[in-house]
Amino acid sequence: MAEIWLVRRPDLPSPLVMKIPLFRDVDDPASLVGFEVEQMILPTLSGVHVPRFLAAGDWSVQPYIVMERIGGASLRARLEDAPLDPGEVASIGARIAAALHAIHGQHVIHLDVKPSNIMFRPDGTGVLVDFGLSRHDRLPDLLAEQFRLPIGTGPYISPEQIVQIRNDPRSDIFSLGVVLYYFATGERPFGNPTSIRGLRQRLYRDPVPPSARHRHCPPWLQEVILRCLEVSPADRYQTAAQLAFELRHTDQVELTERATRRSRAGGWTVLRRRLRRIGEEPDLKRSAEEQIARAPIVAVALDLEQGSEALSEAIRMTARGVLQTLPGTRLACLTVLKTSRIGMDPSMLDAEGRSIRIQRLVELQHWTRPLGLGVGRVTHHVLEAPDPADAILEFARTNHVERIVIGSRGSSTLRRYLGSVSSRVVAQATCTVTVVKAPEHAPATVPE
Amino acid sequence: MRIAFLSDVHANLEALLACLEHADRAGASRCVFLGDLVGYGADPVPVLALVRGLVARGGVAILGNHDQAVLEGPSARMNPEARMVIGWTRARLSAGELEFLRGLPLSIEEGPRLYVHANAWDPERWEYVTSPYDAGRSMRATRCRMTFCGHMHTPALYHLGPDGRPAAFAPAPGTGIPLGPQRRWLAIPGAVGQSRDGNPAACYALLDEATDTLTFHRVPYDDEAPRRKILEAGLPLSFNVRLEAGR
Repeated sequence: MAEIWLVRRPDLPSPLVMKIPLFRDVDDPASLVGFEVEQMILPTLSGVHVPRFLAAGDWSVQPYIVMERIGGASLRARLEDAPLDPGEVASIGARIAAALHAIHGQHVIHLDVKPSNIMFRPDGTGVLVDFGLSRHDRLPDLLAEQFRLPIGTGPYISPEQIVQIRNDPRSDIFSLGVVLYYFATGERPFGNPTSIRGLRQRLYRDPVPPSARHRHCPPWLQEVILRCLEVSPADRYQTAAQLAFELRHTDQVELTERATRRSRAGGWTVLRRRLRRIGEEPDLKRSAEEQIARAPIVAVALDLEQGSEALSEAIRMTARGVLQTLPGTRLACLTVLKTSRIGMDPSMLDAEGRSIRIQRLVELQHWTRPLGLGVGRVTHHVLEAPDPADAILEFARTNHVERIVIGSRGSSTLRRYLGSVSSRVVAQATCTVTVVKAPEHAPATVPE
Repeated sequence: MRIAFLSDVHANLEALLACLEHADRAGASRCVFLGDLVGYGADPVPVLALVRGLVARGGVAILGNHDQAVLEGPSARMNPEARMVIGWTRARLSAGELEFLRGLPLSIEEGPRLYVHANAWDPERWEYVTSPYDAGRSMRATRCRMTFCGHMHTPALYHLGPDGRPAAFAPAPGTGIPLGPQRRWLAIPGAVGQSRDGNPAACYALLDEATDTLTFHRVPYDDEAPRRKILEAGLPLSFNVRLEAGR
C-alpha cells in the first residue's frame, strides 16, 4: 500500500502526485519489493498511456515516486454502474487494450490489470497506473525470485500467474477480460477467491457465459469476453492490439460457439482439463516484445478502382508471405472510397441503386478468399474519405497496425509531380510499409 | 562518470581494442580490468602496454589466476594447454611488465563497489560463481553493495533482496539495468578475449556511476587476426577453435 500526495515544484509541470510506500506494511515484503519494482519500471515507460515519471526518492532517506497526475477517477468509480451498455463496454475495453498494447511494445507486462489501476485522460485515452507487480522483459524480475505465492489480485489474476508464470503479455488480456465481463454483467466471472485452491478453480472451470447472467449482453461481446478468458493463452487474442481492433469493429467480430454458449462446460470437460494440466511445461522464453512481433496486425490497402489484376495478385503474394512467416498475423483488408470534400457525394450510389460501398466490400472479400484465412484472421473495411493516403494512415494509427502493404502503379510523369498515395503513406506512416509493384512483364490493364 | 568493466582479456588485443573503442563512443571515461589480462592469446605484450596506459590515467586493474600463474608458475589445477601458454607468456614479458602484474591487488573496494576476479569469500582460491547460491555467498562476504567480478566468461547478473534469497538474471545486451539501492548485486560482464556462450562477440559492461545503471554490451570484432597469431605463435590449436566458435 502507498499514500498518494498532491505535490508541486515550480520548475516542474503541474499537476503532480507523489507516491510514498507505507512502511507499516513491513511484514508484507511484496509491497516493499513492489515499490522497488515500480521505481525500476515506470521510468522506462513513455507515451500517453502511462503517467509520466518525473523523480524517484532515495531509499536511504525517503523512497517515493513523483509522476504526472492523471485527472479524473479510476475505472473503479464506475463499478457501481455495471452492467453498462455493450457499446460503452467495448469503448472502455478498446481504450484499455490500446494502453496495454503500448506498454507491451515497451517490454512491460502489467500483471495487475483491474479497475483501480485504470484511468482515463480528459480526452478518453486509457492510462495504466501502478506498476508494482509488473514485469519488464529485459530487467530482473525482483518479484518472481522472492515470492512463492501467486502475485496478483484475486478476481482478476490470470491462470498462468496462479502457476507463477510472469512472462506472458496475454495474462493482461485475461485480466482485461475479467474487467469487461464485470462491466457487461455486473458480476465477477470467478468471484473473489481468497485461497490458492479457490484461485486455481479458473485453471479448469470456465465462467458462466455473460449472456446467462445478463440477457442484454450481445453475442459479439460474449465472444470477445470469453475469448479473453480462455484458460490457455494460445486461445485468447494474441495481442492487445488485436483485442482493441475487435472492440473497435464490433460488427466484424467473427462469432464462434463462444458467442451462443448458454452454460459452462460440464464435469467431464473440467476433468479433462485437470488431467491435461498435469505435466504441462510452460513456455519460458516468451516475452512481451516477441509476442507482439509474432501476432501483428497487417493492413492491406487495395485500390479497387484503378489497380490492375497483376498488381492485386502481387499484393496477395506479399500478404501470403507475411501470413506464412507469422501465423498469428491478422489481416485488415481495406479500400478507400473517395468522397468529395463538400458533403454528400451522389456518385456513392451507382445506376442500379446499389451502394458502391457494399460492392467494394464484396470485392475485398473476393480478394481475400484465395488466402483461405480462418475465423478471426481477416476483416474488411471500406473507408470513405476525400484523401486516400490520410484515410490509410489514420486507420493504421488508430488500429495499431504493424505493417501496411500497399500497391504502387507504374511511374507516370503526372504521378511524379503529384505524388502517389503509396509514397505519401511511406513518408508519413509510423509503422513498416511494404510497397508492392506488379511484375513488369504483366500488362497493366485497368479492370472494367 | 561512466566506468567500463573489462574482464578476462586473455591477451586478445583485437577484442580489447574493439571493446575500448565501443566504450569510448558510449562515453566511458575510466576502465576497470577484472583480472586475467594474459593467458590463451598471443598478444600479452601489447595488451599489457594498453592496460598499463589506462591504469596510469586513473584506471584500475586487479589480479586474475592466469596473471598469478605467469608470476608464480601454473597451479596444479590448470589444464596442460593453459600451463603451456603460461610458460610461453612469461618468456615474452619484460621485467617491467612482470613488475606491473606483481603489483596488481587481489581486490579493490571503491565506495559501494568491490572489484575481485573470482569471488569475495576467498579471492585467492579462485572458486567460480556459477549459481545464485555461490553469488549469495560472495555478496554476503563483502560490505560492498555491488560486486564486479570476472573468471566466469559468460555475462551474468545476480541480486540479493532484503529476504536474503539470491537470484540470477541473464542480462540482454544494450539494456540499462538500474542496480537499485535496496539490494546487493553481483555483476559478471563476461570475457573480453574469449567468450564461451556460443557467441564469439566480446563482452564488457558499462556502469553509469550517477544512477548505478549497468549496461552489458556485446561487441563483434574481427577474430581472424587473434586466431592467426595463436597459430603463428605455436600456441595450442584448441584456443584458436575456441575463439571462432565462442566456446
